[in-house]
Amino acid sequence: MFFPISSAHINPIYLVVIGFLIGILGGFFGVGGSFIAGPALRLMGVDWNYAVGTDLAHIVGKSIVAARQHRTLGNVDLKLGLIMALGTIGGAEAGAQLIQALKRAGNVNTVVSVVAIVVYFGIAVFMLWESQKTLRQYSRNRSGTKGIKPKEDRSAFGAVTQKIQRLKIWPTISLPVSGIRAISLWTILLVAFVGGLFSGFLGGGAGYIRMPSMVYVLGIPTHLAVGTDLFEIIISAGYGTFSHAVKGNVDILIALVMHTGAVIGAQIGVVATQYFAGPKIRLAFVPLPLIGVAIVIYTLVTGQKI
Amino acid sequence: MKKNTAKSLQTFVLELAIYSVLVVGYFFLVLHLLGEWLYWLESQHRYVYAVVALLLIAGQAVALDFVTTLLFRLLRGRSR
Repeated sequence: MFFPISSAHINPIYLVVIGFLIGILGGFFGVGGSFIAGPALRLMGVDWNYAVGTDLAHIVGKSIVAARQHRTLGNVDLKLGLIMALGTIGGAEAGAQLIQALKRAGNVNTVVSVVAIVVYFGIAVFMLWESQKTLRQYSRNRSGTKGIKPKEDRSAFGAVTQKIQRLKIWPTISLPVSGIRAISLWTILLVAFVGGLFSGFLGGGAGYIRMPSMVYVLGIPTHLAVGTDLFEIIISAGYGTFSHAVKGNVDILIALVMHTGAVIGAQIGVVATQYFAGPKIRLAFVPLPLIGVAIVIYTLVTGQKI
Repeated sequence: MKKNTAKSLQTFVLELAIYSVLVVGYFFLVLHLLGEWLYWLESQHRYVYAVVALLLIAGQAVALDFVTTLLFRLLRGRSR
């Protein structure tokens, strides 16, 4: 099928399957799946700027479906999501401007690829270390990790999280749905801004940065972080889509086709979260950014399309 | 328990099959018709294109969510 906006020839079945897989990951981990979608579009010969913008558009649709499902399960903190959306939009705009500057300089593909490799790899290593440490703590306290109940949550990084929560820089707010008595508004906005920056720069909703940040920096339980992140992604990715579309970086036809697969996948992913405890969800998350790294390296080194 | 799982799986496969037929029809009808117009809009009126793109993806999300939920309810009702 020919997509005239990005001048790419892509098999629609490939797009539906990619959308389906990303939908499952999105519903389960609360991520946009850009570490898969971006490289997957690149493999089909779509330029990085189109891959970034198009992926954002597809994420808006998928997140609407997944967030609605999570809301019915009580996994969305609306107050936190709305506050984070403000910081994310600022960051997303800064990221989109960076992409524009790189487009003008003519080296957008190389720079974005290298940054993507470093960020994805760093996240995978950190989450592997933390989730394994947490699961070992569970093992020491009980007979094994099999007894961990679904929705049960604890983090080996908890001591650092508590120190961050003790930073009472005015104004502080409470997040009763997430079980947080008081946290500085600036901490939330900073986490959101950094997520937004990566969202605008590398594409996607930047759930791969924000979901772990919400757990480790803000101290949000994993299930709530997943649902709230998806809700927040609707707003921030929506803004990012608009911004990129105006700059000529969105092929909405590709996004619409990918999204037909993502709808089914997202629903499966959401249901699956009910059967896993927080640390197990985080451990299962680890291979995903590494797959993204492998695809980006392959594309960068060989310059080949599949 | 095993019987229930098998029934759920059967329902899901049926849902997927019906959904696939709908999606293929959707490709040919909607995307084929909209393709040229969206291409023209993207090259001539970027701001309008940006708004239309957002409306299309959000509208599709709501519509497909409705379709899958309805399909699931219908098929589940029949399998009971």
